[in-house]
Amino acid sequence: MLDWLYALWPGLETSVGLLSLQPPGWGGNLLRGAWASLQIAVGAFALGLLIGTAGALGKLHGGPVTRDLLAVYTVVVRAVPELILILILYYAGTDLLNQALRALGQRPVEISGVVAGIAVLGIVQGAYATEVLRGAIQSVPRGQHEAARAYGMGSVQIFRRVTIPAMLPLALPGLSNLWLIATKDTALLAIVGFSELTLETRQAAGSTRAYFTFFLAAGALYLLMTLLSGRIFGWIEARYRRGQAAQ
Amino acid sequence: MNRQRIAQEVFVPHRIVMVAVALGLVVWAALAMRWDWIPRYYDLAVQGIWRTLWLLALSCLIGFALAVPLGLAQAAGPRVLAAPARAFCTVIRGTPLLLQLWLIYFGVGSLFPQFPWIRESELWPYLRQAWPYALLALSLSFAGYEGEVMRGAFKSVAGGQLEAARSMGMGRFAIFRRIWFPQALQRALPTLGGETVLQLKATPLVATITVIEIYAVSSRVRQDTFIIYEPLLLLAVIYMVIAGLLALGFKLLEQRFNRGMLG
Repeated sequence: MLDWLYALWPGLETSVGLLSLQPPGWGGNLLRGAWASLQIAVGAFALGLLIGTAGALGKLHGGPVTRDLLAVYTVVVRAVPELILILILYYAGTDLLNQALRALGQRPVEISGVVAGIAVLGIVQGAYATEVLRGAIQSVPRGQHEAARAYGMGSVQIFRRVTIPAMLPLALPGLSNLWLIATKDTALLAIVGFSELTLETRQAAGSTRAYFTFFLAAGALYLLMTLLSGRIFGWIEARYRRGQAAQ
Repeated sequence: MNRQRIAQEVFVPHRIVMVAVALGLVVWAALAMRWDWIPRYYDLAVQGIWRTLWLLALSCLIGFALAVPLGLAQAAGPRVLAAPARAFCTVIRGTPLLLQLWLIYFGVGSLFPQFPWIRESELWPYLRQAWPYALLALSLSFAGYEGEVMRGAFKSVAGGQLEAARSMGMGRFAIFRRIWFPQALQRALPTLGGETVLQLKATPLVATITVIEIYAVSSRVRQDTFIIYEPLLLLAVIYMVIAGLLALGFKLLEQRFNRGMLG
């Protein structure tokens, strides 16, 4: 079926063979790596949102000490390269956990790569999410908040029913950017030896010497993830903007 | 900010306590942690910092020089130019820099030795080293992100200004140089400042293709001496200082650019 294409482009047949899903090909490894990357990205993004929400509320409504500590957190995380934060948090996190376990009389454990990756990238994402959400919450008019209070809503209810729906359209562009950063930052875990897409690709490329085939294939997978999620975010944004004045 | 205001901001009870705690941590780190490796690696570290700064400056300059035509093509160019420019920005922004770096170094780099005329050319001594590939990857990455920024900046300059310039009899190049580009740059400057810090944070990736910049130096300390935290902490401080200086520099630049502009 593809014979005419192979005749036209001699290298294609070997490339397709190398990328096939069955064991002589490395396609299965690449897809497994992509799945691992996606899991970490989703987990880190979710954790980042949690930290970011807490951080934004702390920066807006917290006491002076909370606010200063949060300022230190966001400034440090945004000034130090992710790679170094990952190494520090990875080593320090494993160390502290094992010391705590030893103190409790348990045996030390090996932290799974997925959990460590999610925790570390989540802390990084949290700093950026704090700033995005703080800006969005701040731009909700005070009057809406006061009106909700006048209706007798509690602060949790106000947050859930007034603040979140009103700030989401403003926060979504920033959050969608953060999601893209999360998917791309998973590649950094390759350097601490975690088998996500980039490391799987490098191993496949290194052992077959077909660098272009594998790096381009992995690039296509990343691009597929980012373009597809861009569409999804666009769709969510359009949904939440319904009924709002055009900008 | 005058001195009195700074004093009022800092000498709040909880801030004094926090500063004291921070100082205590620094003193503890200086006394209890191991720093005896610093003299041995001092020269290497200074070289590493220089290399990081050079890579950052050159890649930002080359990347920005590429970003201006990329942004212009997308904002006002014909479709034949706009479509490839947009595709380039999408691909660069949609894939991890680490992957781009490895594709360029391992992929493109492995092609060159196959051609005898490249091996005999003047450029070969450079192409055998890692840093040209690092510089190329970092520059292309910066160009991709900044092309998008410049597209928005070029579009945001009011059309009436360009029309007024045309009616004054300015040529296309003069309009670009004296009206369009300065205003676009002024609008893009705050974003560019942030992006330059992001570029700084991307430079340690080049250590994975054997460029010995400051991050690679700290990795070597870790491998040689098995000291884990101290080099990493010092490294974090170094990056924070550089990021702070960059932020300050861009703030001064913005003030200069905003002189004579309406708020």
